[in-house]
Amino acid sequence: MRYEAPETIEKACQLLAAEAGHARVLAGGTDLLVQIKTDVLDPSVVIDIKKIAATRTITSDAAGFKIGAAVTGAELKEHDALKAAWPGLVEAANLIGSTQVQGRATLGGNLCNGSPAADSVPALIAAGAKAQIVGPEGRRELAVEDVMIGVRKLALTKGEIIVSFTVPARPKHGGDAYLRFIPRTEMDIAVVGCGVALELDASGTCTAARLSLGAVAERPLLVAEAGRALVGTKVDAAAIEAAAAAASAACRPIDDKRGTKVFRIQVAGVLARRTIQLALDRANGKTGATH
Amino acid sequence: MAKHHVHTTINGDPIELLCDTGETLLDVLRNQLNMTGTKEGCSTGDCGACSVTVDGRLVCSCLMLGVEANGKKIGTIEGLASGDALHPLQQKFLEHAALQCGVCTPGVLVASKALLEKNPDPTETEVRYWLAGNLCRCTGYDKIVRAVMDAAKEMRSA
Amino acid sequence: MQDKVKSPMSSEFSVIGTRPVRPDGVDKVTGRARFGADLNMSGQLVGAVLRSPHVHARIVKIDTSAARALDGVKAVVTQKDFVSQSNATTNFGEGTLNLMHTVTNVLAGDKVLYHGHAVAAVAATSSAVAKQALKLIKVEYEVLPHVIDVDEAMAPGAPLLFPDMITEGVKPAPTTPSNIAKRIDIVLGDVEKGFNEADVIIERSFKTAPVHQGYIEPHACIATVSEDGQAELFVSTQGHWIVRMLCAKLLGWDINKIKVTAAEIGGGFGGKTVVYLEPLALLLSQKSRRPVKMVMSREDVIRATGPTSGSSMTIKMGATKDGRIVAGEALLKFQAGALPGSPVGPGCMCAFAPYDLANVKVIGYDVVSNRPKVAAYRAPGAPISEYAVESVVDELANKLGIDPIEFRLKNVAKQGTKAAYGPKFGPVGMAEALEAAKASAHWRTPLGKNQGRGIAAGFWFNIGGETTVSLVLNEDGTLGLTAGTPDIGGLRASLCMMASEELKVPLEKIRVQIGDTNQLGYNFLTGGSRSTFSSGMATVEAARDIKKEAVKRAAKLWELPEEAVEWDAASGAVRPAGPNAGKHKPMTLVDIAKIAGKTGGPIVGYSRLNAHGAAPSFACHIADVEIDPETGKASIVRYTAIQDAGRAIHPSYVEGQYQGGVAQGIGWALNEEYIYGTDGKLQNAGFLDYRIPVASDLPMLDTIIIEVPNPVHPYGVRGVGETCIVPPLAAISNAVSMATGVRFAELPMSPPRILAALDKARAEKTAKM
Ligand SMILES: Cc1cc2nc3c(=O)[nH]c(=O)nc-3n(C[C@H](O)[C@H](O)[C@H](O)COP(=O)(O)OP(=O)(O)OC[C@H]3O[C@@H](n4cnc5c(N)ncnc54)[C@H](O)[C@@H]3O)c2cc1C
Ligand code: FES
Ligand code: FES
Repeated sequence: MRYEAPETIEKACQLLAAEAGHARVLAGGTDLLVQIKTDVLDPSVVIDIKKIAATRTITSDAAGFKIGAAVTGAELKEHDALKAAWPGLVEAANLIGSTQVQGRATLGGNLCNGSPAADSVPALIAAGAKAQIVGPEGRRELAVEDVMIGVRKLALTKGEIIVSFTVPARPKHGGDAYLRFIPRTEMDIAVVGCGVALELDASGTCTAARLSLGAVAERPLLVAEAGRALVGTKVDAAAIEAAAAAASAACRPIDDKRGTKVFRIQVAGVLARRTIQLALDRANGKTGATH
Repeated sequence: MAKHHVHTTINGDPIELLCDTGETLLDVLRNQLNMTGTKEGCSTGDCGACSVTVDGRLVCSCLMLGVEANGKKIGTIEGLASGDALHPLQQKFLEHAALQCGVCTPGVLVASKALLEKNPDPTETEVRYWLAGNLCRCTGYDKIVRAVMDAAKEMRSA
Repeated sequence: MQDKVKSPMSSEFSVIGTRPVRPDGVDKVTGRARFGADLNMSGQLVGAVLRSPHVHARIVKIDTSAARALDGVKAVVTQKDFVSQSNATTNFGEGTLNLMHTVTNVLAGDKVLYHGHAVAAVAATSSAVAKQALKLIKVEYEVLPHVIDVDEAMAPGAPLLFPDMITEGVKPAPTTPSNIAKRIDIVLGDVEKGFNEADVIIERSFKTAPVHQGYIEPHACIATVSEDGQAELFVSTQGHWIVRMLCAKLLGWDINKIKVTAAEIGGGFGGKTVVYLEPLALLLSQKSRRPVKMVMSREDVIRATGPTSGSSMTIKMGATKDGRIVAGEALLKFQAGALPGSPVGPGCMCAFAPYDLANVKVIGYDVVSNRPKVAAYRAPGAPISEYAVESVVDELANKLGIDPIEFRLKNVAKQGTKAAYGPKFGPVGMAEALEAAKASAHWRTPLGKNQGRGIAAGFWFNIGGETTVSLVLNEDGTLGLTAGTPDIGGLRASLCMMASEELKVPLEKIRVQIGDTNQLGYNFLTGGSRSTFSSGMATVEAARDIKKEAVKRAAKLWELPEEAVEWDAASGAVRPAGPNAGKHKPMTLVDIAKIAGKTGGPIVGYSRLNAHGAAPSFACHIADVEIDPETGKASIVRYTAIQDAGRAIHPSYVEGQYQGGVAQGIGWALNEEYIYGTDGKLQNAGFLDYRIPVASDLPMLDTIIIEVPNPVHPYGVRGVGETCIVPPLAAISNAVSMATGVRFAELPMSPPRILAALDKARAEKTAKM
């Protein structure tokens, strides 16, 4: 196994595209190294993208934030403006693994690992994040919900790398949240995850809402029905119930070592309700924090 | 295949070494440098026994390649005490009997030190969540948490 | 809450009962301490094990030629390289020993019996070469049908692991083979008669999942065997004499050829009382004439080293209206894993032991199935059977409308109680523990919403056994103490404290170590909560030996008969025994050390004994649990462990044992389990999905130490390490039952299981309305 650490994204794409064997991007390595050690993957070269400045920085302007794909969860947490604007997203990233894992794990890696249970992905989807992709053919942008197409399957072609994600500026009466269910309090992979972002007008009527679920299908889902159930309402109990029912209805989970189908469907509804409530509180200026 | 030439700093000392791509920082520390204070409990990021700091950031050394240490500052358990003086955390762990078998202890101490550098006055809950990636099967964490809180208190008043 | 130590007699002591820093502490907080994987030798090779990809299969052929031919491969071994063993089972410590099974678990013979079963081992110049070599070993398998569940394994027609296994303990012996290795019967009184007297009878069936000890340090060792056959082994183990004996037997070597040094051990909990890698490392080193180091991966630890049994049980108990338990009956079916030897025996012994019962009947089955062979885990068997019994006891109390502590007190085992498994108890602390629970602030604190409180009693008998300790008086009056039971959690501190108390020598003047197998006589292992008890007893004897010798030497110097000289316990010095003996200045051990040479040579205290009278330890735990009714998640919000320590030598380490046992019990109750696919393969062989409690899962764990001294031990010590894992399972289950109004009878009480039970109850309630 060779190791390359190019300093430009173009060089990285070139290395990736040119490799005859199996080439892999290395970001934080918290998925990749585990997969190499347990013989799931055996790449011929790993391409460390952390020397590429664009993957490692967070910038912001009036339109919103641009987050480098190789920024770690711990770094996200230290970015006060991002945390204030998108607390749900930052919290989601910081649910990934332990403090130690957060010191390395990245948003790009979380998405590109291709796990339906990735915690930051529903939060990114709810926030309306877009992924900026660079490849041998040039640059393009995809909505995050369109990047993962199945378990370990991505819409990226050979040589493509995600450089960054953009999220819009926080709407005036906007709020987001991400909650997950795990059997312990930490160190588990989500049995169900739910990200919500919503926007209210001055009267408290919901003008936009996005709800995304993780670990209930072959990829994280954007549940449009749930969003529709909230838009135009005051996000009252009935609307929340309707959205939660839509969330449960959208699930197509499997039974596995982490949870049963029935459990996942039921808990998706519960989490949807709780996450909407938290996002709503935040949109209303109440600062609800998880643990 | 050629080995990587790595220049790194470990506990303040400049270190030069050669390693294969497949070797993790943990492998390098334990097998090449004979710094066996950093422990291996799983090699997959789940137990925290291999905790070290890299440029001040807490990480699992089993989940980082040795070659990635190039140009970085690594902190390990061997660098906690200075001269004859134990770090207050080490002292408090002894006083509170916060270790039984002691195999998790180096990782817990390195992680706790990173916590107190960021947050000198953590709540019990903050200590528990910060250390959630450091598994201890012997103590039930009670005495560990007490020792960390007590060390924090002492360091604040120092 | 700490420092709640009740120490009625501790004022007698100056060192015992205090909390000094442990002697091995600094090494452990600085990273200096050498654990099993921390020793490297020049020229060492890496040993690696090939494991079965199948759950149950016949090994048709193993071809190692390609692996042997690979550059850098120095040795390859299969089971054929070991001495063949007879299929005889003997009693051994807390369990049994069968050498044929031992060797079969080290390397498979004609069959692989579980996914991950070791098949062959190699030694090579690097781990990369070793890994490649494993891939080159060609094993031809003939896959056989498998069975995982204990009830299925017992059912007629189940795939048989051993075509010749005839159940032991059944008369007349069965004529057909089965997966039932053994049946155990314990009978006291007449349960039929007892049930006839009962006003209330409860019968319930339970299931528990197998759980792993979960020590953080994987198995590790390094072996070197020289050309003349002298072998050294450095290993993380709970018993290096046991390792020596087992390796000598499996390899057919004389015991004197093998010297075993116990590394610092990173947790064991019973799981490091058997051999896995050690005989392989020795054999590979013998063949390669190079040191061979072997370290298990976490995955291999979970899939191929001993968890404890899963079980299927039925308990029936009857009581009178006034709260007297009149009969207890238990049927215990324990999974042994792929080879016989589940802890069903101790499970049977302990089931009803917290109570003074006239009529008891227990039937136990030791059942093999295609899972890793179980190993001891903290009070082996007891948490399982006592969980079921304590759940039924709780239900009985509820049904009778009697407070659960009162109900237990009415039936409590006390001095003079004859346990169903035979012995009559001496002074024991079960009633004291229950009274302390009743008096605790915890018991009286009101519960919050969705919360429940459970209590449970617990019992473990503890063991003693063969022990040797030496205590050397150095030239300057300082001391060197050598014990032979590996120190897992503060033993050296407690031994030093006992020596210090006995000799009035300051702690820092005593240097303590765990000796290797050549430095001392035989020592049984650290297990059965025996090390502070047995090595403590031997330490005190060795110290007394020193005192005797000191008296002798002073007598010689003063030219007095020995009777005219005495040890003064208060000052820790020898002095003339009375005014008639003349005026000599008392001599401390420092003075005695100075004259050792001219009065007869070096002074060494020595004790070798077979410690009898390990008194049982009883406990009562209180658990508060909060349930999220929408997700079924249970959280422990408060916990108190109350247990009899006999005497807490170093209270912090006694508390530590209680807290550690509680944490393991919480994991067992709520989340830990072995998850198999229908293909019989383990799906969660890692700490991410084998869910032991993490720091944020737990509250502070309160402890109350009861001290009902063990009359046999010079300082009253009882073992404390095991009883503490017994009560949590039932205490938590009882708490969950109270919080939800639904009786739980299966572990773990994972969120899907609790949510399903809640939904069922809610549906039944709606249906009734
Ligand atoms: C102990 C532990 C606990 C964990 N807990 C959680 C958890 O709770 N929740 C959770 O979601 N995950 C969890 N994970 C998984 C993992 O930490 C996360 O998925 C993490 O975000 C991965 O990021 P990374 O930077 O480490 O990825 P890497 O391992 O570096 O990469 C992952 C994959 O993505 C590819 N890749 C990385 N970056 C890019 C890019 N920019 N463009 C294209 N491809 C890329 C890599 O080639 C690789 O295949 C856990 C892992 C461990 C070890
Ligand atoms: S060894 Fe690195 S986390 Fe366990
Ligand atoms: S003290 Fe043994 S694992 Fe923590």
